Amino acid sequence: MSEEMFPEPEWLSEEVKTGTTIIAVTFDGGVVLGSDSRVSAGESVVNRVMNKLSPLHDKIYCALSGSAADAQTIAEIVNYQLDVHSIEVEDDPLVCSAATLVKNISYKYKEELSAHLIVAGWDRKKGGQVYATLNGLLSRQPFAIGGSGSFYIHGFVDAEYRKNMTKRESQEFVVNALTLAMGRDGSSGGVAYVVTIDKGGAEEKCILGNELPRFFDQ
Amino acid sequence: MATALQFPANVSTLNNYNDLYPDWTQREVSTGTTIMAVEFDGGVVIGADSRTTTGAYIANRVTDKLTPIHDRIFCCRSGSAADTQAIADAVTYQLGFHSIELDEAPLIQTAASLFRDMCYRYREELMAGIIVAGWDKRRGGQVYTVPVGGMMTRQPVSVGGSGSSYIYGYVDSNYKTGMTKEECLKFTAEALTLAMERDGSSGGVVRLAVISEQGVERQVILGNQLPKFSTV
Repeated sequence: MSEEMFPEPEWLSEEVKTGTTIIAVTFDGGVVLGSDSRVSAGESVVNRVMNKLSPLHDKIYCALSGSAADAQTIAEIVNYQLDVHSIEVEDDPLVCSAATLVKNISYKYKEELSAHLIVAGWDRKKGGQVYATLNGLLSRQPFAIGGSGSFYIHGFVDAEYRKNMTKRESQEFVVNALTLAMGRDGSSGGVAYVVTIDKGGAEEKCILGNELPRFFDQ
Repeated sequence: MATALQFPANVSTLNNYNDLYPDWTQREVSTGTTIMAVEFDGGVVIGADSRTTTGAYIANRVTDKLTPIHDRIFCCRSGSAADTQAIADAVTYQLGFHSIELDEAPLIQTAASLFRDMCYRYREELMAGIIVAGWDKRRGGQVYTVPVGGMMTRQPVSVGGSGSSYIYGYVDSNYKTGMTKEECLKFTAEALTLAMERDGSSGGVVRLAVISEQGVERQVILGNQLPKFSTV
């Protein structure tokens, strides 16, 4: 009787997803990563301040999207593998190594997992790099976008990206792209997290909703 | 989200259908498309791509999706090609009749309402997303959008079709009120180009039209004349 009067809320049985917007951009001397902060289960927002930029090493971060559990697990496993690897070689790991480890897991378990990670960072050999690892492929790109919100900003990033932007311009580019996507995608929202990685290390920043740029609103 | 035909672009599947029967023999003809309309002071600029697909086959690569409904009223069609053509024909007839009874040029709002009535009444059977735009004496340039489902609303700028998802960010960031006719044309051409590069169901040439008190001017921008972007 009580089940008919109070049906179980949908979000208890829905999978938790980071329907999301993530973006990573190279600039001369490093990379900038950005993400929104919304985690949804069906129509309910279960976490509105989640940081989807997860460190894999000091100067290598990854951006999570897709199933929250899958993405977090991959990030933790690769974090461990990368630690072991960097002790073995007695040096900081390359971004390419981190991306390859992520790709290996994504590809081997591609039927069971549904997560897309963008790996970005700085190393001494090649400077700032961004790798996309969607569905088990590995592709180095000047910039990468991912998550459900990314569809809405394909046109924007295609038009506005230029090579060799400064650090400041890249950060603005990332924040603008995130704001536009969060404005249109119901599964993205909250605050914007931005991480800037260069020779000196990684700097994390959180931009609150009212500090985000404003665009024309119909 | 309800306004566009959404297909996740990153789901890549091998064609696991039997290769003896090509997929386009089973699929409906659709104008998976990108359409756009912008108001400016004195008229409207409308634009569309030119691709009609049946599944993976491009049935027509030079389609004209900007259909005249009356002297200074056009509609941009997206969704099922058959449905939108049938609706446009029916509304053209109804509007022509109404205009004769009234003995003056019909209002854009009237045309949009006729589209809306039909799209809402037959919403279960139809798959049509339409943007109605034009110029009339009472309110100048106007754009009304009638997406799938049959709602109608007036907007200063409207995009539609499967390719529109990719340019929401671009349109939101680049639209400004008070643009001139030339700025609107450039804005529309660039937005459509960006969408055509990303959406598999949009492509071909860009068709543009400017509707104002003076009449209608049509333009075509061929593939090699489209604006270029650095990553595209």
